[in-house]
Amino acid sequence: MTDAIVVEGVRKRYGDKHALDGLDLTVGRGTVHGVLGPNGAGKTTLVRILSTLLRPDEGRVEVAGHDVVSDAHEVRFRIGLLGQHAALDEELGGRQNLEMFGRLYHLGARHARVRADELLERFGLADTGRKAVKEYSGGMRRRLDLAASLITEPEVLFLDEPTTGLDPRGRAEVWDAVRSLVGGGTTVLLTTQYLEEADQLAHRISVVDQGRVIADGTANELKALTGGDRIDVVLRDGGQLGAAVALLPLPKPEVSVDADRRLLSAPVTDRMGALSGVVRALEEAGIEAEDVALRRPTLDEVFLHLTGGDDRVHDHVGEAV
Amino acid sequence: MTTYALSDSWTMTRRELAHWARQPVQVLVALVFPVMLLLMFGYLIGGGRGLEGDYVDFLVPGMLALTMAFGLEGTMLAVTQDLNKGVIDRFRSMPMANGAVLVGRSVADMLQSALGLAVLIGVGYAIGWRAHGGFGAFMGAVGLLLLFRFAMLWIGIQLAMVAGKPEMVQAVQILVWPVGFLSNAFATPESMPGWLGTVVEWNPMSQTATAVRDLFGGPGGEPGHVWAAVAWPLALLAVFFPLAVRRFGALSK
Repeated sequence: MTDAIVVEGVRKRYGDKHALDGLDLTVGRGTVHGVLGPNGAGKTTLVRILSTLLRPDEGRVEVAGHDVVSDAHEVRFRIGLLGQHAALDEELGGRQNLEMFGRLYHLGARHARVRADELLERFGLADTGRKAVKEYSGGMRRRLDLAASLITEPEVLFLDEPTTGLDPRGRAEVWDAVRSLVGGGTTVLLTTQYLEEADQLAHRISVVDQGRVIADGTANELKALTGGDRIDVVLRDGGQLGAAVALLPLPKPEVSVDADRRLLSAPVTDRMGALSGVVRALEEAGIEAEDVALRRPTLDEVFLHLTGGDDRVHDHVGEAV
Repeated sequence: MTTYALSDSWTMTRRELAHWARQPVQVLVALVFPVMLLLMFGYLIGGGRGLEGDYVDFLVPGMLALTMAFGLEGTMLAVTQDLNKGVIDRFRSMPMANGAVLVGRSVADMLQSALGLAVLIGVGYAIGWRAHGGFGAFMGAVGLLLLFRFAMLWIGIQLAMVAGKPEMVQAVQILVWPVGFLSNAFATPESMPGWLGTVVEWNPMSQTATAVRDLFGGPGGEPGHVWAAVAWPLALLAVFFPLAVRRFGALSK
């Protein structure tokens, strides 16, 4: 079985800036692949190339078994696209939009109408009547946009920051929709700045920075990259943080301290040994702790570890805990 | 792929017609505006400097040609707005026929212009204008006007894609006025200073207006001008049609 998406050595230049700089990516059929990166990492350029809107300068891109440049027409029958901005006719109503897109997928007038009804029903938009899309709320617009990208039940669906700008309820709705699609065998490539989103939805994650994949794996594999587990210790008296750092059996240069939260945090290799060592050392020194816990690193820490210096990781630990 | 070129273009035309149905006031304003100009020049400003003959018979064909020229603005505005909206991305990511977006635009604009011509001719008739050349000549005149509009349409599409931003449309809208008025729509070139008269005579719009006047059998017409009124729009199309189509294809660069 071939992969749903194959990207090899893709470059795309705008002027003298490389939006994509030799990007490689493989996504297996029926999986959700998260592409995680900050603004300007090249995520949107990648989605535009995958969805045939943009041609790569170099490299090979295959989607659903077809080349996106030489075989773009075939690719277009097999993909759905949910871009960052709603790709809808704002002047028309929801049903008018879906029927129009259905006709353009060559479903035929009657089938296009039936399909529009199905999708409006499924996304809770059946009672919008003739209301123009420009009068929709952000969440409704997003749902209609998603409905439009599912008209043909595409093999591969691209979601470019699908929940940016949505409230928590809208976000949950989009997540549910994505999960139900994957149950039906659709391959999904999802870009996001939200680490939680990738963690929640994606089977595998590619971390992208400056037009390149800098790490690739499952959420757990990526977390292991930063050195595995961490121990967090919260003291009763923040004034004792310095003393605690000095006496605890932890690798000193890697200990980060957040005075506001009376917290110190450090990576550990031997989980149980570290835990009992810390508890014993605190008892012996008579330093009272409110909490001692082992945890996996957050994806925030992973990302910052991969893209930036350790300073940034340390800055961030306080917020992440 | 080509089998769907027609149905896709029709779907895109229907989209424009659906926009009309949603915004009847805009359509009405677009139809009424040239009528207003006609009445203004016919009764308030006009007089037809240096003209022998009935001014209304001179003015109506000029207004018809000017309305076709001003159609460029409408096309440019619509294309610019479309390109700046997300919906164009969805169209381009779908297996629809290349260029159906542009064809839909052209058909809708040509329909609107034909409607505009009908309204203007009706109002002209009401204020005393008459075509003296017979039915064949009348239809020939309408054909020349629509051909001229078709050339303006593709210039509009090309300008919209080059300019890109809606702000640029305003600049073009301001420029369309002097170019439109630098013609023989309201006055004969003979009544103008020599150099200006020459510019006005060479304006493609003047060629169309002169030929149309001839076909309608009114003042200001010159026999044998029809070839120029055919050649100019075709020459403009030969330049701007391929440019616009290529530019549209290059959106993926």
